[in-house]
Amino acid sequence: MRPRILTLVLACLASLAMPAGAARTTLTVAAFPDLDRSVKIAIESWAAAHPDVEVKLTTRAYADHHTAMTTAIATGANLPDVMAVDMDYLGKFTQASGLEDLGAPPYDAGAVAPLLAHFTLGPATGAGGKLRAMPADIGPGALFYRADLIARAGLVENDLTRDWASYIEAGRKLKGATGVYLLASAIDLKDILIRAGLADGQGIFFDDAGRPQVETPRFVQAFTLARAARRAGIDARVAAWSTEWSEGFRRDRVATQMMGSWLAGHLKNWIAPAGAGLWRSAPLPGGAFASWGGSYWAIPARAEHKALAWDFIRTLTLDRAQQLEAFRRLDAFPALVAAQQDDYLAQPIAYLGGQAARLQWRAASERIPALHVDRYDQVANDIVNAELDQVLEHDKPIPQALADARTAIERRVRRY
Amino acid sequence: MTAANTSRRKPLIPARWAPYVFISPFFILFGAFGLFPLLFSIVLSFHQWDPVAGVAGMHWVGLDNFVYALTRDDWLRKAMFNTLWIALVSGIPQHLVALPLAWFLHRGFGRARNAVTGAYFLPFITSTVAISLVFSSLFSKDFGLVNAAFASLREVPVLGWLVPGQSIDWSQPGYTKWMISAVVFWRYVGWNTVLYMSAIQTIPVDLLEAAQIDGASARQRFLHIVLPLLKPMMFFAVTLSIIGNLQLFEEPFILTGGTGGIDQAGKTAAMHMYAVAFMDGDFGTASAIAWLLFMLIAGSTWINKRLLGGRR
Repeated sequence: MRPRILTLVLACLASLAMPAGAARTTLTVAAFPDLDRSVKIAIESWAAAHPDVEVKLTTRAYADHHTAMTTAIATGANLPDVMAVDMDYLGKFTQASGLEDLGAPPYDAGAVAPLLAHFTLGPATGAGGKLRAMPADIGPGALFYRADLIARAGLVENDLTRDWASYIEAGRKLKGATGVYLLASAIDLKDILIRAGLADGQGIFFDDAGRPQVETPRFVQAFTLARAARRAGIDARVAAWSTEWSEGFRRDRVATQMMGSWLAGHLKNWIAPAGAGLWRSAPLPGGAFASWGGSYWAIPARAEHKALAWDFIRTLTLDRAQQLEAFRRLDAFPALVAAQQDDYLAQPIAYLGGQAARLQWRAASERIPALHVDRYDQVANDIVNAELDQVLEHDKPIPQALADARTAIERRVRRY
Repeated sequence: MTAANTSRRKPLIPARWAPYVFISPFFILFGAFGLFPLLFSIVLSFHQWDPVAGVAGMHWVGLDNFVYALTRDDWLRKAMFNTLWIALVSGIPQHLVALPLAWFLHRGFGRARNAVTGAYFLPFITSTVAISLVFSSLFSKDFGLVNAAFASLREVPVLGWLVPGQSIDWSQPGYTKWMISAVVFWRYVGWNTVLYMSAIQTIPVDLLEAAQIDGASARQRFLHIVLPLLKPMMFFAVTLSIIGNLQLFEEPFILTGGTGGIDQAGKTAAMHMYAVAFMDGDFGTASAIAWLLFMLIAGSTWINKRLLGGRR
């Protein structure tokens, strides 16, 4: 009998303890580094207004996070209430029905569209005009360059930014005078040029009807310029984020890098902290404007606490103080226009030699077109890169490479 | 009283079910994590499915995924070629080195044998990710130790002629597969050595002693006694190499940054399958590729059985 009595007593004690714990709701948030840090910032303020809600944050590595979200949506298991989606994965997630339509009631996010950078909602809008995600931060494209290395070759910023021919020529002079490469990889040039000159609503790889656009003059010019850079010997032939890439900056082997404004934070924090005061930011060459990355928040269609999830997303994306704090701590350029108007943007950045570069990035963000994303953009990008490898490594004729890219895309996409 | 209660208490499950209950955890786990994924991947291979659309997004396409993979997927062909290339270049030397090495360790190290064998075995039990990251640094073009060693050798008379005149860019297509093969060889040669050593230790000592008394040299004993008796173990070890090498994923994935490298020179079939599933969101084609790969492995193992398996 004794064990039964003991069990009964324990059950009674447990039931007395339950109400406080049971009343607390757990909101699950899934993110990747460094975006998870912005969640921690948001929790500080949001938790005070929601004492009965516990926010549980799950952080996975960038690629693992998106793989985990794919399987979570597919199986309905371990679904978070709030999930992060990087710009590069938007096409894949927004064109399917696994996420809530935030433009529809009760969210009605369309009403807050004017509050956000104009180009951010287009990529997050999927089939049928359904808004699947809300933007938190953006990455206005910029040209980062080493002022000291450029000066040593007798060059000035305008030599880099005037036009693309001038940029290549500057690379030749730099290499000749100092032995330093102008850029890490010729592929970077392709990446920016296929995004240049697009209007609102246009896609990078596909048109509205899903037809590949890889044989357009935009791609021909991008491939031609990348080949010119390779032939001039001004690229270090290293892939971004590789060991050689970061070491190249640390050891003064590479003088420029085109990327999102957030690169300044990476340079300062871990890539090249010793280069403080030597780096500068400039507009992209040839008057190009493009967005590199950006983070979004979404609610899975089968999430458990959708109302709370939306409230939390509103804090992450529409709260000015939250956006500014994330900007200060993470260098996450805010998608919220009101946060972009803060005086903080005019402050000089010591790492960039006292330059008020945030104003430059804001000006760039105002010129970035709202592009249409396709669920097969990543597939097309891989194929185009493979064909560019053929051009750069094996001198494959550009028209042939682009025609092959088109055929390969059509084969692999196999639209049903 | 306690005894009376016990005698009245009805067992939770009838006694005749008990064996099945005790053995059920294995079947439940195997069914959930072994059999179900296997069967589901067969079903998937006949469907077009983007998982982001949920289970409702599955469409029956019959054999189309297999037809596409076999006839129109250029990257799969390239990945298969890379896989076979790396399997041969890293696999054959593994066994050619492991066989005499096992014999050498068996004869030459006495009590220190286990410690030396452990040193050779260490790469096998070390994290693949750690190994690949270390080798990424070693093979760095400008800052890697491999090129630094070549640079030092260039100063040595005669030897300097044998090494390349300038730093090798290991990320270039011509070198990528060599780099991956070197890492795979280094990692698994110890494993094969341990397998062969364990087999050598089962060879009757009197056989070897009789041969020695008859005047057979160590080389002759190895070639004419040890090698023929190792044939069953060679079959086993080569089978494991075939399965492992044709499924190669982690080493090339990390060494090439997940992309397969320039011109996809280091992309293996398993990497391609992963990319089709998780990058392209085409789980149907990925499942079809998985089953094609299975058929290739089964076929290769069958050929190996014909060559080395023999009749026991």
